[in-house]
Amino acid sequence: MTKKFIQKQQDKLTNGIIDRRHFMKSVLATGLAVPAALSLANSAEAATPKRGGVLRHATGYGSTDDSLDPGTSANSLSQNVIYTRGNHLTEVSNEGELIGELAESFEPSNNAKKWVFDLRKGVEFHNGKSLTADDVIATMEYHGGEDSTSSAKGNLSSVVSMTKDGNHRVIFELSEGNADFPYLVSDYHFMINASKNGKIDPQDPANGTGGYMVDSYEPGVKFVGKRNPNYFKEGHANFDEVQLIAVIDAAARQSAIMSGDADFADAIPAKTVNLLARAPNLEILETTGTQHYIFPMRLDTEPFDNYNVRKALKYAVNRQELLDKILLGHGVVGNDIPVSAAMPFLNTDLPNYSFDPEKAAMHYKKSGHSGPIPLSVADAGFSGGVSAGELMVESAKQCGIDIQLVREPNDGYWSNVWNVKGWCNSYWGGRPTQDVMYQAAYTKETNWNETAWKDTDAAIKFNELVVMARSETDYEKRKGLYWDAQALLHDDGGSLIPLWANYIHAHAKTLGHGPVAGNWLNDGNKVSERWWFS
Amino acid sequence: MHPIIKTILVRLSLGLMTLLAVSIIIFSAVEFLPGDFTEAILGQLATPETIAAFRKELGLDQTALVRYLNWIGGVLQGDFGSSFSGKGSVTGGTGGDRSRDVVDLIAPRLWNTLFLAGMTAIIAVPLSLFLGVTSALYRNSIYDRAVNVTSLTTISFPEFFVAYVLILIFGSLWPVLPTLANVDAATPMLERIQRCALPALTLTLVIIAHMMRMTRAAIINLLASPYIQMAILSGASKREVIIKHALPNAWAPIATVIAFNLAYLVVGVVVVEVVFVYPGIGQLMVDSVTSRNIPVVQACALIFAVTYILLNLIADIIGIVTNPRLLHPK
Repeated sequence: MTKKFIQKQQDKLTNGIIDRRHFMKSVLATGLAVPAALSLANSAEAATPKRGGVLRHATGYGSTDDSLDPGTSANSLSQNVIYTRGNHLTEVSNEGELIGELAESFEPSNNAKKWVFDLRKGVEFHNGKSLTADDVIATMEYHGGEDSTSSAKGNLSSVVSMTKDGNHRVIFELSEGNADFPYLVSDYHFMINASKNGKIDPQDPANGTGGYMVDSYEPGVKFVGKRNPNYFKEGHANFDEVQLIAVIDAAARQSAIMSGDADFADAIPAKTVNLLARAPNLEILETTGTQHYIFPMRLDTEPFDNYNVRKALKYAVNRQELLDKILLGHGVVGNDIPVSAAMPFLNTDLPNYSFDPEKAAMHYKKSGHSGPIPLSVADAGFSGGVSAGELMVESAKQCGIDIQLVREPNDGYWSNVWNVKGWCNSYWGGRPTQDVMYQAAYTKETNWNETAWKDTDAAIKFNELVVMARSETDYEKRKGLYWDAQALLHDDGGSLIPLWANYIHAHAKTLGHGPVAGNWLNDGNKVSERWWFS
Repeated sequence: MHPIIKTILVRLSLGLMTLLAVSIIIFSAVEFLPGDFTEAILGQLATPETIAAFRKELGLDQTALVRYLNWIGGVLQGDFGSSFSGKGSVTGGTGGDRSRDVVDLIAPRLWNTLFLAGMTAIIAVPLSLFLGVTSALYRNSIYDRAVNVTSLTTISFPEFFVAYVLILIFGSLWPVLPTLANVDAATPMLERIQRCALPALTLTLVIIAHMMRMTRAAIINLLASPYIQMAILSGASKREVIIKHALPNAWAPIATVIAFNLAYLVVGVVVVEVVFVYPGIGQLMVDSVTSRNIPVVQACALIFAVTYILLNLIADIIGIVTNPRLLHPK
């Protein structure tokens, strides 16, 4: 029993679910002495990387329309390619902290309106060019420039000017203070590319600084990278060769990892993970990160402009049942805010929405609404979306609310249904901070404001708070602002977030790793860089 | 002019007209797809100006008729256009036009598809002919029934199920064959064959019943005709009767069925491609439809049409050559 508990805690520690202090505390409680507990923590954390081998990573993502251009990178495979062949100014470490990558250090001044990044010296691109401030500026120009079509253009909208001071210092001037700016530039799109005459060639395979050089790349099929002998990070990029193979079909992915045709596989369905765990050569790795499922209600569409309708629906969803039946327990129930425990400043005082037919019926009566409420669903929104919708129809029925399920085609879902129809299903992957998440889908400026929550008093207040928090550098004040913002969103917002879904992976037991990041799947999509064959 | 050459020429020109009709159908079908590539690629963040500029670059701002004529004109000169993804506007204008020619995109995929189809055909066609002839020879015997039941069973299951069963047997329980068939241009031939073994086996099981049953039926049908009776009466052995007298006259229907199945191997195996992660042309077409990469979709559809027309033509020619009455018309 104790042994099992310790094993579990050790797994949690390696997966980053608990920190080292928590691990020590819980393991000591089982009666273990301090040195023994310490050595357990060490063996979990500090396995030493070894060089060599070919990593074959079967991934459930990728499309023939992908390209090497980081500006249009859209799915997990192209993101993985970026992290495998390139680096960024900053990165989220496997322990969830923001650390410098190509930037050695970064300092704010003038209320976070000015950011100075000092670059690492002696870093070389795969084409032999040395990294300088010009490359950083040209890369950011490419994404943030006027005629840019980069998906990440919005992240740089507050950048007023970029100047260099010597060859290894870049100064960003912002139109408004942003304490999270270093987080913004860790976004995977902003892989630093080699520049020539102030321009980058985004499709050039040799324009990265990363641990692996592009050997071949067939979009939607396979990426092959060979180890970069000049890589600047010690103890990283340990494989001789990395193959990222698109295996879209879940059964094919599982049979590949079981038969040893792959060493690592992601997106393992919750339905079969227990069977897969029985394979003697495999280990299952589950991380709870920032991936969440959402049913956004648009306030510009009736009846979701009605506060009481939104409130009633939030109480009419049986979140625990969704967790048990859609994710089979592989996740956590959500509380209608897009903030997880893995992100800073989570408001832990908010009451939890749980299935409450009485409260739901009370709010619904108050709203004065009658008749069916249409809900558009497709599995494109998230896998299991249609079944989740069916469960919601049933639970709402018990509250006297009539949800009318509209099944939408997967094809064209993101252009014709999401952000268009009044109520649908969708999901969000990782965002490292609240500010980045809010700027993606909650502030009044973003086009991806899928709930159209802009004009209510609470929404106006929320937008003000987010702007204030962005430039606030005092920790306690900042926390207060974010807690208030979350309370407003929780009570008045149009987002119904019932689930946080785990990322489930399977890998060969021969693979070794340190603590596992939760910000994306695949250890922050950096398995190629961080793991090794033991 | 020899009647065969004449037939071929007539059929080829008819085929071209069919292709023209098919191209119109393809083009209109693609027109009816909701949404378009600019929105699919640029995403919701794109401004109306960016979308308009991009549409202009792709030529989507012209009328359907002009676009059709441009497309079909290019195709007649062997130019299938260039893929929408990677166009100058997508790369932000600074990277220049990095789009790939549709031909470059399709050629390796088509080669993969033809390789798998060829490998399957090499196994499946002789095997089904052998099974068909022998089951006709030993009609209603236990052998005949066993062959029929087995082949009908494998054709009755959906191909992905057959694939999973084979993966279970040869990939997990008795791991002798690779379950991922992700070959690329650099894969050596021997490894390529090994990686294609399970997909080829799956497809063999799926198509064998059709060809085998047709062979059997055609031969049994002929066995009732007077000239066969005559052969039997003249003392020919059962084997001789079937191989020497019945089979030559059965080639026409058999060839038609074989052609039909070969065409299926080229155009209809996307499910098997997905299960075995085989980079064939079916997966490319599905991806292109999803992202509205129109030039690729149109080129794939046209290739599929050509495949059907050519294979049917070959089947007809075999039918004519093996039939003296058609070969030497009065």
